[in-house]
Amino acid sequence: MSLTKLPFSRKLLSLGPIILLYISVLNEFDFNYLNLKYFSFNFPYILIFYWSLKGEGRLSYVLVFFAGLINDVVIGLPLGISSVTYLFICVFAVYLRNITLRVSLIKDWFFFLFTILVINSIFYSILVVFFNVKIDYYNLLFNVFYTFLFYYFFSYIFGYYLNLLRRTND
Amino acid sequence: METSRDDFIIAIRSAFLKKGTKQRFSLIVLLFFSITILALSKYNFKGISLLKVGLNEIVYRASFIISAPENFIINTYRLTMSHINLYDDHKELKKKYKALKAENLSNNFIVSENIMLKSKIEDIVDISSEILAKVLVDKQSPFLKSIIVNRGSKDKVKLGMAVLDGDFLIGKVVEVNYLTSRVLLLSDLNSKVPVSVEPNSIQSILTGTGEKFGKLQYTQLESFDLNNGDQVYTSGSGGIFKSGIPVGEINIIESKESYVLFHSNFSQLRLVKIVLYENIN
Repeated sequence: MSLTKLPFSRKLLSLGPIILLYISVLNEFDFNYLNLKYFSFNFPYILIFYWSLKGEGRLSYVLVFFAGLINDVVIGLPLGISSVTYLFICVFAVYLRNITLRVSLIKDWFFFLFTILVINSIFYSILVVFFNVKIDYYNLLFNVFYTFLFYYFFSYIFGYYLNLLRRTND
Repeated sequence: METSRDDFIIAIRSAFLKKGTKQRFSLIVLLFFSITILALSKYNFKGISLLKVGLNEIVYRASFIISAPENFIINTYRLTMSHINLYDDHKELKKKYKALKAENLSNNFIVSENIMLKSKIEDIVDISSEILAKVLVDKQSPFLKSIIVNRGSKDKVKLGMAVLDGDFLIGKVVEVNYLTSRVLLLSDLNSKVPVSVEPNSIQSILTGTGEKFGKLQYTQLESFDLNNGDQVYTSGSGGIFKSGIPVGEINIIESKESYVLFHSNFSQLRLVKIVLYENIN
């Protein structure tokens, strides 16, 4: 009997994306310590978008909401702002899923760019207008750019993982 | 045309309202919750503040544990690099030590003279409390630069207390929980500290840039007499910090902008001192 056929391993595998999301918001692994100027990317955005789009409901919205709250606490942002952005990403991804007839990675990729541009505009506006928090606009712009680039790379890894999940459920 | 608009509305409505078989709540309900929390936190609603304090205590500890493997790798890399550079560092330090030894002798005299003069003008000279704290979380977001330390209101940490790395100022306490506190670093865009640039005693405000250097602001142009290597100290204006805490040195001077390189490396903070300066007299 292979490991992935065991009930516990199967459960753990299906919880993989949400565990990864919680690790990423608690750990904030964005390679900041490399001290590369302007280099950073938002891994939770990639993960949430991909799994809302392709995950067939495996990513629980309630857990995404709580991940947002945790992210706010770790970074020190006003409570609730990351939840709003994460849930809006879910909305965009579900919308794309609803209107897609023929799946194409390139189309998903560019829709992801549109999504994070809109989401980060909301994020930036709320912080600056309502909370008077200053953030570097260039940092945010480069963050969007690198997040967009990395989506293509991670979509292959997640795709492989998704296939593994489907196979174990058969 | 009418059909495509209908499709769009159906898809949007479905995205917001449809729960799906594996979901407990629809996205619109959770978005409503999030926006409510955000709005209430804007007006410092008591329930939200309590929720935040509770979350802070749990999340900071969890983040510390989750970050342990990554921190181990980073620390091992830094340790290896410091071993590789050991010989060069030793030669450099030996040279610096000789120069500092000579300087220290004359400084001792100046310090005692300074303490005597400060007591005449009743400036803040005494540290009334000093707390050693361990950095729990230093995940500096690209947008906000802050760290979490393992001392809170239980250890008598108060808002606005200065935080030092050795003798160098690195920031101030901006959030106090029961067991932990958040320190806003000098490199954050929202940080503003009144400073004095020596040797010409030019008064200015040091603001963060989000990078490893700060920027001097509101320096009067008539007295714009700054040079690379000029030392930047806290000026003591505003009464939060005492005057004379070393912050950094002028590193780049452009046409109307001066940048300050901080003495402390904010990406390698492990233990910090939280201090309260008060005039005991």
